[in-house]
Amino acid sequence: MITALNTTEPKIIPLCGQSDLIPNSGICAAVGDQQIAIFFLPDETPQVYAIDNWDPIGKANVLARGIVGDVDGRLVVASPLYKQHFDLITGECLEDDQVSVATYSVTLLANQVQLSL
Amino acid sequence: MLKIVVVGNGMVGHHYVEQLAAADVEAHITVIGGEDRPAYDRVHLSEFFSGRTPEDLALTTQEHYQELGVEAHFGDAVASIDRDKKTVSTVNGKQFAYDKLVLATGSYPFVPPVKGNDHESCLVYRTIDDLDNIQAQAQGSKVGVVVGGGLLGLECANAVKNLGLETHVVEFAPGLMGVQLDAGGSAMLRRKIEALDVKVHTSKATQVIEANADGDSRLIMRFADGSSLATDMIVFSAGIRPFDQLARDCDLKVGERGGIEVDQQCKTSDNNIFAIGECALFDGRIFGLVAPGYRMAEVAASQLGHDSTTFQGADMSTKLKLLGVDVGSIGDAHGSEAGAVAYTFSDERIDVYKRLIVSADGRNLLGAVLVGDCSDYDTLLQYFLNGIALPTDPQTLILPYNAGGAPALGAAALPATATICSCHNVSKGDIVTAMDAGYCSLGEVKAETAASTGCGGCAALLKSIVDDELTSRGLEVNKAMCEHFNLTRQEMFHIIKVESIKSFAELIEKHGSGRGCEICKPTAASILASLWNDYVLEEKHVGLQDTNDTFLANMQKNGTYSIVPRIAGGEITPDKLIVLGQVAKKYKLYTKITGGQRIDLFGARVQHLPAIWQELIEAGFETGHAYGKALRTVKSCVGSTWCRYGVQDSVAMALYIENRYKGLRSPHKLKSAVSGCTRECAEAQSKDFGVIATENGWNLFVGGNGGMKPRHADLFATDLDDETLIKYIDRFLMFYVRTADRLQRTSVWMSNLEGGLEYLQQVIIEDSLGIGAELEEQMNNIVDTYQCEWKTTIEDPEKLKRFRQFVNSKAEDRDIIFVEERGQPRPATEEERIKILALSA
Ligand code: SRM
Ligand SMILES: Cc1cc2nc3c(=O)[nH]c(=O)nc-3n(C[C@H](O)[C@H](O)[C@H](O)COP(=O)(O)OP(=O)(O)OC[C@H]3O[C@@H](n4cnc5c(N)ncnc54)[C@H](O)[C@@H]3O)c2cc1C
Ligand code: SF4
Ligand code: FES
Repeated sequence: MITALNTTEPKIIPLCGQSDLIPNSGICAAVGDQQIAIFFLPDETPQVYAIDNWDPIGKANVLARGIVGDVDGRLVVASPLYKQHFDLITGECLEDDQVSVATYSVTLLANQVQLSL
Repeated sequence: MLKIVVVGNGMVGHHYVEQLAAADVEAHITVIGGEDRPAYDRVHLSEFFSGRTPEDLALTTQEHYQELGVEAHFGDAVASIDRDKKTVSTVNGKQFAYDKLVLATGSYPFVPPVKGNDHESCLVYRTIDDLDNIQAQAQGSKVGVVVGGGLLGLECANAVKNLGLETHVVEFAPGLMGVQLDAGGSAMLRRKIEALDVKVHTSKATQVIEANADGDSRLIMRFADGSSLATDMIVFSAGIRPFDQLARDCDLKVGERGGIEVDQQCKTSDNNIFAIGECALFDGRIFGLVAPGYRMAEVAASQLGHDSTTFQGADMSTKLKLLGVDVGSIGDAHGSEAGAVAYTFSDERIDVYKRLIVSADGRNLLGAVLVGDCSDYDTLLQYFLNGIALPTDPQTLILPYNAGGAPALGAAALPATATICSCHNVSKGDIVTAMDAGYCSLGEVKAETAASTGCGGCAALLKSIVDDELTSRGLEVNKAMCEHFNLTRQEMFHIIKVESIKSFAELIEKHGSGRGCEICKPTAASILASLWNDYVLEEKHVGLQDTNDTFLANMQKNGTYSIVPRIAGGEITPDKLIVLGQVAKKYKLYTKITGGQRIDLFGARVQHLPAIWQELIEAGFETGHAYGKALRTVKSCVGSTWCRYGVQDSVAMALYIENRYKGLRSPHKLKSAVSGCTRECAEAQSKDFGVIATENGWNLFVGGNGGMKPRHADLFATDLDDETLIKYIDRFLMFYVRTADRLQRTSVWMSNLEGGLEYLQQVIIEDSLGIGAELEEQMNNIVDTYQCEWKTTIEDPEKLKRFRQFVNSKAEDRDIIFVEERGQPRPATEEERIKILALSA
């Protein structure tokens, strides 16, 4: 369902503006067939985090629509379907160590969110 | 060093190893297990079908045994014992010498000697491998038969049913669970199980099983009475037989009907050989439960240490859920002791059956049978196990509470010797000792005493003892809602109100820690909404809400949403019906009439939600709050306007109530109904608050519930005029919003309310707390500030930005795929989705 991003050299893709972000919540951007969930946490450093939008347990593109928070100090999003937590930095699922989602490197620069590949 | 060989690595064999390791006995332990895997939790075997993996069920691992210094061999069974040479030999030809030998070989399922029982679709239910086979056979099957209507047979029938098969239970005896239940209990159980669509056939002796070469089914079972049954697979669960062949072959004493005879030390007729668990016969009995097996393991292990203990037999009381039906059996359920007196309570309306067997002098409980409602089990078991003197009227123990039934035996009333957890033999005294030693939280007590880590049946009792002990020590009972707030919902409500807190950021800064989570954030959001009724999509509230509240629609399994416009009282004009049809057609939505008298439109993509609502709002619809912990529906019947029996206008009242309370945020969802006469067609007594018309006005009922644990509402006040009715409901709802816990329906809240219904009547009718006016004012405030959240949303372009699938593209989510069924769309299954995507790639 999700094809790997075919790139050979590092590149920067602009995704959206800061005004598209929702504080303490997520939105979703498309890069080819890939769906990337971007979370904006204005009080953290860094302020933006990106992981796959695909929930490997619920099997739907929904992670951007989960509630963000922390569990034992780890920044996480809880899947809106069945509430498993995914670490925003490592992509690990806290409930099942067999499961994880991809993470992406994003930056918020000059009011723009950029993805570096 | 002492050489100990343990044959069999089931639950009991493993418990023995653990006991020995903990006892620090100088010994070399060798474990030989016939199954391919180390010990696992057989008691919870059925959970394999609800997704628990073999790893989840495992009780130990090869590595863990290594750490303990235990030599373990799996997948190789012991074939013979040489008692003279003190060696055992395995099927694979290995030999082990022992000083002490422990037989923990358990038992195997009994398969009646019926011709044809060796067909490949004839299976048993005992090991993980068996369950693998059942799952594989079920794949191509429509019908499944379980032979045996005992405890295990019914558990197995549940599994077969959950695998989606038409399920039959065939029992040789005239009733189900004959060992544990008397005839009345057994008949009630049968009715309940048949109501679940499991077909029960009793007094049936299977004579032959024939392969059905060219029929629809794979097998035909023929019974002694000439009848027959076609099926695709058969699971035998007709009892167990001890694995005692090894013992027979080396001339150890075995019982007439099997089982290795043991004495109080769990020794067999050979001083160097022990037998424990389900293969052992003590006092002419085999104990087919794990708790007695564990006791035997402890006794056998203690023989090698300093303070040896003895086995005295064990209590075989059981409580379980079979096919969703609660069943409990304590002590002598058949009342066989001379002079025993029986009390029976039976309520066929709700299918509950309870029976007490009391000693001739009325002092002691000898046994009990419970079917359909096990809430009295813990209390009765304590009376039974501890010989607690019964009340003068023992029948009060099984009568419904409001018919004068005695309250449950509180944690404080139990003696220190009371067994709380029978799986791990933990008494109330053990728990108190652990708490004295500083292990005070529930988790610590569990870890320290092992209580409640077996079947889990004692969890509620354990918690009440821990809470009771904490309170009596003057310590706080930890009711923190999550790691971020050390508060209950009620406390949070109070703080937000008193300090006029308006945002989550302010709340967590002042009273919490960390950043919050999916538990505390929506709770705070709901309280903020109950108190200040702000628009829920305010920027500062957005991140707090569950997706359903954020997108004002209910998320479905494939990431699309359902839309439920309010259809107050279930009344809708033809024009509005047409609009619903048109909108559904335009956006290709699946439509269904809900259980709440309204129409649900399913399968909307997130980016279509605003456009859909635009059209609905233009046609005069409002949001139905199906996504919120809020008022859902007020069902109505047609009432006096049309119905020849109606005594009041129930539709008008339902409309008024629904419009008054719509949008109210509460600890859990709220439902209501109004019926036009006592025939009760709107089912008001199953609602959080229900109204039934009388000649003189309205009767108000509160605390009803459908759902997981149905509860009939209590009659709260009678013959009210319109104004008083609304006043009481205002107060009732606001008092609930203020004091209930998170996700607590009114029914549970009321059951936990100290003083119960009477107290509630004092607060609301007599205004005993003097807060009546305040509650009403708060409600009026909410009613006055009501807004349709969808209307507010579509009027604000900023808010609509949220409803984009992608911030940077107009593309659709290609993983959302529908297929057509019965003329409407439905989400593709995972297989269909993958296939369709592959085809389109
Ligand atoms: C759509 C509907 C089923 C239907 O096709 O008929 C439905 C659908 C859901 N119900 Fe229900 N319930 C529906 C009527 C009921 C009823 C019948 C009624 O209201 O008369 C009940 C039993 C009555 C009661 O609540 O006391 C009912 C008891 C539940 C429960 C169990 C509540 C309980 O206290 O035990 C849940 C789970 C929960 O809320 O935690 C639940 C939860 C749900 C959820 C929210 C489950 C979920 O998270 O996805 C479903 C959302 C569907 C959606 O996306 O719209 N639903 N649900 C019904 C919507 C009624 C409406 O118009 O709003
Ligand atoms: C589906 C199901 C549900 C149950 N539910 C409950 C419940 O709710 N509550 C309850 O108390 N009990 C329940 N039980 C019963 C409980 O599981 C048993 O009482 C318990 O497992 C007995 O433990 P055991 O070690 O004596 O035997 P087992 O767990 O059967 O272990 C014996 C082991 O020895 C092995 N073995 C046999 N012969 C040899 C040999 N010659 N060499 C090597 N290995 C050998 C076997 O393969 C097996 O692995 C349930 C059982 C089943 C099947
Ligand atoms: S009963 Fe309710 S919650 Fe359960 S599947 Fe049906 S609609 Fe969903
Ligand atoms: S009684 Fe089984 S875990 Fe306590």
